[in-house]
Amino acid sequence: MTELDIDVSSLLENICEQLQSRAIFSQSPKMIGIRTGGEWVAQKLHEKLALADSLGVIDISFYRDDFSKIGLNPTTQASDIPWEIDNQHIILVDDVLYTGRTTRAALNEIFDYGRPASVTLVALLDRKGCRELPFQADVIGMSLECSQTIKVTGPEPLVVTILDKQEEIA
Amino acid sequence: MSNLTGPNIQLNELGQLHHFLTIEGLKQHHLVEILDTAESFINPKTREIKQVPILRGKTIMNLFFEPSTRTRTTFEIAEKRLSAQVESLDIQTSAAKKGESLLDTLWNLQAMQTDMFVIRHAQSGAAQFFSQHVAPHVHVLNAGDGQHAHPTQAMLDMFTIRKHKGSIYDLKVAIVGDVLHSRVVRSQIQALSILEAREIRVVGPKTLMPESPDAMGIHIYHDMEEGIKDVDVIIMVRLQNERMTSALIPSEKEFFKLYGLTKERLALAKPDAIVMHPGPINRGVEISSAVADGPQSVILEQVTYGIAVRMAVMSIIMSNAAQLKQHHAEQEAAQASLNLDDPLTLDAIVEANS
Repeated sequence: MTELDIDVSSLLENICEQLQSRAIFSQSPKMIGIRTGGEWVAQKLHEKLALADSLGVIDISFYRDDFSKIGLNPTTQASDIPWEIDNQHIILVDDVLYTGRTTRAALNEIFDYGRPASVTLVALLDRKGCRELPFQADVIGMSLECSQTIKVTGPEPLVVTILDKQEEIA
Repeated sequence: MSNLTGPNIQLNELGQLHHFLTIEGLKQHHLVEILDTAESFINPKTREIKQVPILRGKTIMNLFFEPSTRTRTTFEIAEKRLSAQVESLDIQTSAAKKGESLLDTLWNLQAMQTDMFVIRHAQSGAAQFFSQHVAPHVHVLNAGDGQHAHPTQAMLDMFTIRKHKGSIYDLKVAIVGDVLHSRVVRSQIQALSILEAREIRVVGPKTLMPESPDAMGIHIYHDMEEGIKDVDVIIMVRLQNERMTSALIPSEKEFFKLYGLTKERLALAKPDAIVMHPGPINRGVEISSAVADGPQSVILEQVTYGIAVRMAVMSIIMSNAAQLKQHHAEQEAAQASLNLDDPLTLDAIVEANS
């Protein structure tokens, strides 16, 4: 099995540049991180972009579609969105975009708070080819193959390690 | 009442809550799980309790054989905030009047696709009785049975204490008033001792005190001043006139003189002591308005936290049911894999992993 540490700060730089070039960036966007990994990534981005409004955090545990199968996540904490969602441009941040189910849950929760003007989806890493729902990120730090498993630890330091699954099996 | 004890009446084979009938027999981790889960429903900054979709498609039926305002309403709000379908039945005005037996009523309501019953009844042991007669997938929550137990009230009290004091551990708590008739106090004492409060005092006249304080791990005080001296928490309890069959106190006025919580008396407790009351409060009987509405009173917070705590209990029970089902599927898969020729093996494994 090979383990590869990713240069997170260059990925974050890359994401910031892409975000700054988007039209919503001049319309005081508000950022939400998805607990836990997405929150860590969002904290970094929020700081680098020096956004005016404080960072929102959502915990999607209560919105998962597998509650009736696996039950509650014992580490669930309340979501905290400290401003109105209505008519705001939202930057939604996750660490890894994989099946799309987390994104679905996050969007449902956001819409329980209100109707945003837009949602821009940011993923530090995109595991392509394993999507189970029709979601694509607007801004991606880096694309990976579906077979590559990822371990994210944080918040300080934020470390992303890629574990090559195929080699692991071999 | 002793036949209501024992851990098995409300736990599933994994040792998790299946019903919630009493605090008695539960372990510290059960109570802490309820408190932690309740916390997750409350926004830490705004204290707002948001609606979440986890019990969508589940039906919860509230059966109140005894009147209630707070408990019934907070249960209904909690159920709705979990997105469950909610039906509330006022039994006094229903089939019971027409002579239908309790069990027939229960089985009919169960046949209406009910997943959970919330039951209040004047008879001690009523919730347990129901729990023994429902189908295996149906859950029963005790919302107060006679003088026996009121476990969700006790848990919301523990939650309120923990919010203010950080933990129950090592606290001195005084419970003042009609301890004898109170199912709330019975459950509170059990919860306080499981969560390792340092000292549990009960304060009141002899006629309203329990018979075996040592077995309950409590200290009895007949003198109010002595009883609340240096405590961290004062819990005032209502005089349960409806459960008193004989004259146990001379008069309400006399009771207030001896045991009413006034500003002067409150000063004897620790300066940061909190004052609690499960409601409904009788102003001027057990508590003065100055204290009930004063800065140390957390009485209305208790009501709000009651929503989060009841949401926690209901979601934990449904979560446990999901985990038990998963556990059974895995067991079946494991058993099937012992015989790989069995054509059901693959299906069972797929089921367990899906």
